[in-house]
This record gives sequence, C-alpha cells and structure tokens, in this order.
Amino acid sequence: MSDLIKSVEAPANENIPELFPGDAVSVHVKIREGNRERIQEFKGTILYVRNSGNNASFTVRRIASNGIGVERTFLTRSPRIDKVVVERHTKVRKARLYFLRSRTGKSARLKQKFS
Amino acid sequence: MLKGLIGKKIGMTQIFSEDGAAVPMTLIEAGPCYVTQILTSEDDGYSAVQLGFSESKPKRLTGGELGHLKRNDLPPLKYLREFRSKDHGMKEGDTITVATFEIGELVDVIGTSKGKGFQGAVKRYHFKGGPKTHGQSDRLRAPGARGATTTPGRVFKGSRGPGHMGNDRVTAQHLKVVLLDAERNLIGVRGAIPGPKGGLVLVKSARKV
Repeated sequence: MSDLIKSVEAPANENIPELFPGDAVSVHVKIREGNRERIQEFKGTILYVRNSGNNASFTVRRIASNGIGVERTFLTRSPRIDKVVVERHTKVRKARLYFLRSRTGKSARLKQKFS
Repeated sequence: MLKGLIGKKIGMTQIFSEDGAAVPMTLIEAGPCYVTQILTSEDDGYSAVQLGFSESKPKRLTGGELGHLKRNDLPPLKYLREFRSKDHGMKEGDTITVATFEIGELVDVIGTSKGKGFQGAVKRYHFKGGPKTHGQSDRLRAPGARGATTTPGRVFKGSRGPGHMGNDRVTAQHLKVVLLDAERNLIGVRGAIPGPKGGLVLVKSARKV
C-alpha cells in the first residue's frame, strides 16, 4: 500500500494490548452526553479479532441481564476507545469462537491460560 | 477565484472524524498547478483557465509544449487541462494549491473510469437476462428484445445493448473534503472517485450546492 495512504491513517492506540480470541476484556469507551464526556465499560469475551491495520476490529460478547447475549464490534483504531484491559487469556483452539453463541452457563466457560 | 486542481488518485482508506465515526475517504495528490494560459471570450470564443500539473523532464515534452510553457517561465508540465471559468481573477504564471479548498467544502471529482472492454447488456446496463430454468438454454445473460416490430423495422440508434464499457469521463458529484495537507499537496474526499489508482483526476468546487 502507498506510504501516503498509511501516513493519513489513524495511529495505533497505545492503550490497547495485543488481543486474542477468548480473552476476557473490559473495553473503556468514551461516550459523549451533550458536551460532557464519560467512560463506559463493556466487559466480555472476545469472539474474534480482525487484524487489518487501519480497519482492524474486534468483537466482544457479554451476557446481559436475563441471559441475553450482547455482541459489540469495536474498531481498534477508533478514537472513541480509551483503553482495553485484558483480564485473562484463555485456552481456545479456534480463531472465531462462534460456538459460544449457542452455549450458556457452565458450558460457555473457557479455561484460563497462564503464561 | 478559480477553484480547480489537477491531481492523481492515490487510493482509498478510512479515517476517523472528530466524533469517532469512520469515514470512507479517497486520497488525491493534487497540485501544485500552474496557470499556463488564460482563454478569453474575445480571443478564444470562451472563457477558461488552462492549468498544468506534474513536472517532468524537458525531453518528454514536444518543442511546441515547451515553448507554450516558456512564455510564462513555467517548468515542463506533463498535463494541461482547461477549466471553464469567467470570474477567476487569475493571471498566467499563477500557482494553485490545495490550500484554495477548505475542509467540509463540497467538490466534484472528474476522472476516467476503469475500462471494462466489450461487455454484455447484463453487466453494462443491468438488464435482467433470461430465466435459468424451465427448459432454457443459452438465454441466461441474453439481452432480450432491443426494438419494436415491422414499424420501425430497425433498432433506434443509441439503444442500450452490449458494447464497450468503461474508460469514460465520469464525474463524481458532491463529495465532501475531509482532509487537507497543504505541505504534501494532499486532498481527501469522502467516498469513491472514478478511475484506477494513479489515474488523472480533476477536482472542482461542486456544481450543485
């Protein structure tokens, strides 16, 4: 790709570590209410990570109240993301954890990976 | 003030606006352009400004081209294009850069679309084609009827049908300027523009507001 294009694209956010599918993360998103800005957390498991430079994104799934699954895709280089905290890595054998969608409770657990 | 530039399409990407929204953007390396000639209605029958772009080696230009540019002591320029304009307030030898545009302004971008060669009516004009099943053979991408019956007994000229597609002058209207870099002569417009990467494009202020 042209260097000129790369130079106008957004730089990588330094507050985002390398993410892997299965990670338990909390994403700190900046939310604007009127002219006030606050930070909202979105906690869940990463279903998949799409690494493609400027257009990189990752999807986080969390179980909201009443056991309803909520998935949210974030653009990794978006200025709206304040930071991402990885709480734990887990042992997974797939790059895309779509099987978690059909599981609830105990069967939706992932084994922690200690490095 | 004339708002027009000749440039080169660099390619597409996405950038983030201030509120964090992702904006699709095409990057154009435009200018600096030199005013190589002023055409007036008295002398030429119409008013226009001729701009030149892309400095090159003198040996790549013909003697006539070099002489035309030498009148105003301009460097050898690869491309010359005219912009119709009456109240431009420019004089020969002037320079135009991307600084004449502003962020948020609406522009039209003119380019030459990618050539597709000889194409059928389905791809070229979005004809429906024929049915796939019910005993059909060789009808899937056929254009169907193109004209009427014995009267007029022929197909009118200009009727849509298979033929050469692409490689046309195309104008993408009403594009918002989302990025300007005067130092590197870059201008970014929202959305796609015609032509391949590296293709020559003209940037003008929008015709329709």
